Amino acid sequence: MTTIRVEGLQKHYGAVHALDGLDLSVEPGTVFGFLGPNGAGKTTTIRILTGLVRPTAGRAWVAGEEVTANGRHLAQRIGHQPEEPAFYPWMTPREFLDHVGRVFGLAASERAARTKELLDLVGLAEAGQRRIGGFSRGMRQRLGLAQALVNRPEVLFLDEPVSALDPMGRKEVLALIERLRGQCTVFMSTHILADVERVCDSVGIIARGRMVVEARRDELIARYAVPVFEVESVNGYGERITGWVEAMRQEKWVTTVSVNENTARIVVNNVEVAQRELLASAVKMGLALTRYEMMRPSLEDVFLQLVGEGAQA
Amino acid sequence: MRIFFVALRKEILEQWRSYRLLITLVVLVVFGLFSPLTAKYTPELLKLLPNGADIANLIPAPTALEAVGQYLKNASQFGVILALLMTMGAVALEKDKGTAAVMLVKPLPRWAFLAAKFVALALTFAVSTALAGMACYYYTLLLFEALDIPHWLALNGLLLLFVLVYVALTLFCSTVTKSQVAAGGLAFGLMLALAIPGALPKIGEYLPGQLITWGAMLMAGRGEAYWPALWVSVGLIVAALGGAWLVFRNQEL
Repeated sequence: MTTIRVEGLQKHYGAVHALDGLDLSVEPGTVFGFLGPNGAGKTTTIRILTGLVRPTAGRAWVAGEEVTANGRHLAQRIGHQPEEPAFYPWMTPREFLDHVGRVFGLAASERAARTKELLDLVGLAEAGQRRIGGFSRGMRQRLGLAQALVNRPEVLFLDEPVSALDPMGRKEVLALIERLRGQCTVFMSTHILADVERVCDSVGIIARGRMVVEARRDELIARYAVPVFEVESVNGYGERITGWVEAMRQEKWVTTVSVNENTARIVVNNVEVAQRELLASAVKMGLALTRYEMMRPSLEDVFLQLVGEGAQA
Repeated sequence: MRIFFVALRKEILEQWRSYRLLITLVVLVVFGLFSPLTAKYTPELLKLLPNGADIANLIPAPTALEAVGQYLKNASQFGVILALLMTMGAVALEKDKGTAAVMLVKPLPRWAFLAAKFVALALTFAVSTALAGMACYYYTLLLFEALDIPHWLALNGLLLLFVLVYVALTLFCSTVTKSQVAAGGLAFGLMLALAIPGALPKIGEYLPGQLITWGAMLMAGRGEAYWPALWVSVGLIVAALGGAWLVFRNQEL
């Protein structure tokens, strides 16, 4: 059961292949993080899935309906926040949300209630009567999210939804996205890996118009986990830790060892043996430890492994 | 049709809030008021110049028809300029800024998006022409004589249709391009393309410019009708709107 399914999607702009046979699937009710370097095809994918752009080849389904350009029935069921949402500058947020409500055919009482609810939700209640023309980028982004939610969409497409927000705003909007889990399927592209790690259930990494990897977040991190241990000793044990590191380098289950002041970083090739031997060896050497940790790789580690060190999300 | 009226409501509100309605109204009403004044007082003004009295004596006494002629000339010229200026960004600007993409992801059909823009602009020009016509009628009545009301209504109807041809053509240009400057340039080119053959006697009778001549002749009591020019004008409006829709429905936003 999938809410979003994409098969062999291609989009060519002349010689440029923005999408080059993209496949992906998203389960219902989940928050899907769509990651990729600049120009990888994230926005193009969202624009195809929302019917704004036609693919050169391939097919896509959203909420059980095949995506076609200008598909009005599907438009009733989705929400879309573009990366830089644009509004009519002469309108107030209240008027804009009311207008969107009218487009969706909501009754007057429902529009009024929904407008108030959404302005409260995105923290724009106090600016509800101000002209949008004077809004900051962050305020526009909040309003962009509000307008995408007017129709209580089954599928919500968010293109870099927190890129213009300050840290507090980011936290609030991410908390809001988390609350949407289970209520609707969220398809979110972002370049902020920590945000994906925080709110997304599953992740797709795209590069050069193709899906590099797609999996549940924890599975992905586990799959690409680098077996690294960090051992930190108290101050004054510099000589002992250097001696211990030299001994570690001789072990077959150790790949590399590096030392930074009192901290040794040990990459191993056999986690089970390392878990058994490493701490015992440090104790035997007489090290007084302040920290012994098997490092959990971040999504950033995985991303850099898959897309390349030089790439930026 | 419900969705069309939703789009139309927004467009009318935009005409009001962006002062387009007010500007169009003021410009056309000013010409409505000043045309009879100019016709009446030009000889008086000339008399104030050195040797002006001699020049003024050469000019025949002004009549209501001259006031009507001034009004037609001014309102048609500035009507076309306003049509270009008010319409050139209608679609192009929404595509460029991204509001078209924000709205057309929603269940707002593209035909309604376009039709609402044309109807809102047509209403703006209709209201402005109506008030300009009333202003001109009133001042002509005060300074000269009463005009024949049915003919006066017909003249203003023809004037409105003439301006709407340029509104529709500019809307088409605005749809084809993604920049309002390009849309304005293209529309100006189309305007010239219609104006140049319009000056030719045989061809001109079939073109929108003849509507203005028809209106003047009606007021002069001459009965020639120029129905082909009217049908060509309606045809141009339909073709421009239909063309805009055909282009817009396949455009990627």
